[in-house]
Amino acid sequence: MISKEEVQHIAKLARLELTEKEVEKMQKDLSAILDYFDLLKRAPKVKAQPASAKAPAWRGDEVISSYDIADELIGQAPDKKDDYIKVKNIF
Amino acid sequence: MLTIRQAHEGLKNKEFTSVDLTKAYLEKIKKSDLNSFLGFNEEWAIEQAENADAKIKSGKFEILCGIPCAIKDAIMVEGQKCTAASKILENYVAPYDATVIKKLKEQGVVILGKTNLDEFAMGGSGENSAFGPTKNPHDKTRVAGGSSSGSAASVAANEACFSLGSDTGGSIRLPSSFCGVTGLKPTYGAVSRYGLIAFGSSLDQIGPIAKNVKDAEIVFQAICGKDKMDATSADYNLEFSKASLKGLKIGIPKEYFVKGIDKEVEKIIKNAIKKAEDAGAEIIEISLKSSEFALACYYIIAPSEASANLARFDGIRYGMSVQDGNLLDVYLKSKGQGFGEEVKRRIMIGTYALSSGYYDAYYKKAEEVRQLIKQDFAKAFEKVDLIFCPVSPVPAIKMGERTNDPLSMYLMDIYTVSVNLAGLPALSLPAGKVENLPVGLQIIGNHFQENKIFAVAQEMEKVL
Repeated sequence: MISKEEVQHIAKLARLELTEKEVEKMQKDLSAILDYFDLLKRAPKVKAQPASAKAPAWRGDEVISSYDIADELIGQAPDKKDDYIKVKNIF
Repeated sequence: MLTIRQAHEGLKNKEFTSVDLTKAYLEKIKKSDLNSFLGFNEEWAIEQAENADAKIKSGKFEILCGIPCAIKDAIMVEGQKCTAASKILENYVAPYDATVIKKLKEQGVVILGKTNLDEFAMGGSGENSAFGPTKNPHDKTRVAGGSSSGSAASVAANEACFSLGSDTGGSIRLPSSFCGVTGLKPTYGAVSRYGLIAFGSSLDQIGPIAKNVKDAEIVFQAICGKDKMDATSADYNLEFSKASLKGLKIGIPKEYFVKGIDKEVEKIIKNAIKKAEDAGAEIIEISLKSSEFALACYYIIAPSEASANLARFDGIRYGMSVQDGNLLDVYLKSKGQGFGEEVKRRIMIGTYALSSGYYDAYYKKAEEVRQLIKQDFAKAFEKVDLIFCPVSPVPAIKMGERTNDPLSMYLMDIYTVSVNLAGLPALSLPAGKVENLPVGLQIIGNHFQENKIFAVAQEMEKVL
């Protein structure tokens, strides 16, 4: 079974706060799911292939204004001042 | 009640107006106890219907003009709330229209409201909604299927003429199967994803849920095509297909009819295959030999992509924010309190699979297996035109039956996830019932061959 510390480490990487109870449940659930993933070990090896065989979609590097919805976008922020989104001190 | 075609004819022949039609659906919605809608806007719906009626009066209007529809609440409709059935987005208002919505609006549809779903489209039963599960219209003690639970239930219960859902691992086909309606998961790239709240970006597709195959085709035609806002969208013209059951080569994956499938479901699917054969189709057994790895592969790739996509819900730019302590605390608490159990579980799986030391064993391995699954289908389509198989190994399950065992819930997706991993189109067609519970036949086509699926599914509709 995956350890409590391991669950807490992953949760921190994911920026998720979990309660004691949630950590315990997560230990159980993740262990069952990870055990199930073990069956992939039986899958035949394949040569590494590029993620996409398709050519990437290119476009010109042009400025397209979305200023007409700027108010709506900033309006969604929980904490703001004028046209700025407020963030807590990071120092 | 009415199909799109019938409603269109009625509007054209002045038997009723779009306002009449819209009011009739709104009445149904208000009386409903299915919890299929998360929100609807009566005043706005009537206003859209009035505009449609004016257009209809002018004599020049398209087939979807004035037709009332429902939209999965993971797709943005400007000015309306878009919650993804999550507490973290409970009060989020969409600042712009998704491309599919823009296209539907150009035709003059009436948007009735936004439908319920599993939170962030993560689930197969519809029970993971932060606002309560959607009930199955055929048996209210059972689930509607997920994640597009409300989109399928609303069409089945005549609360909308058609709806849009999204499908990452079965989310259009499963609820369509459980609710007895027709749902299409299009080829990856056929429909723009712009304005769909992202779950698994290499898997997600928006598609129609409708009363019959023709309606699904009408809606698909309206929403497909290249969009400059989605680099993965493709130029696409849906051409008429002359494909017919007579002489058609239908592949039956032998790996799909083994243990785990409900006997009654198996009987219904085999009966559908027999009907196709009677109509002149050639039935060919095929092998999708990597099938046994598909579910594990999917449940690594989809959560990995989700863990990256959902990182944006940080309590700063939008949605719920718990302003407590320092910046890290805001992140931890907003996500911890804003996301539901299943969403957290998937973020954890994804973060684990991508974390240092585990990446090769999980994510990289899953990407390799994905290649094998693609190759299986490519090989199969050298021999056959379409593939027939079940959508789900079981009919609609009881509420709460699998909520405590996530793995058993995931197993419901066993026949649907491969299609997303390979980027193929697939349709769920009502094929029969186990007692009063509908069962869907899954028709899988090769890339961008929705036309073939539509042509054959319409024939199947007549013989089933």
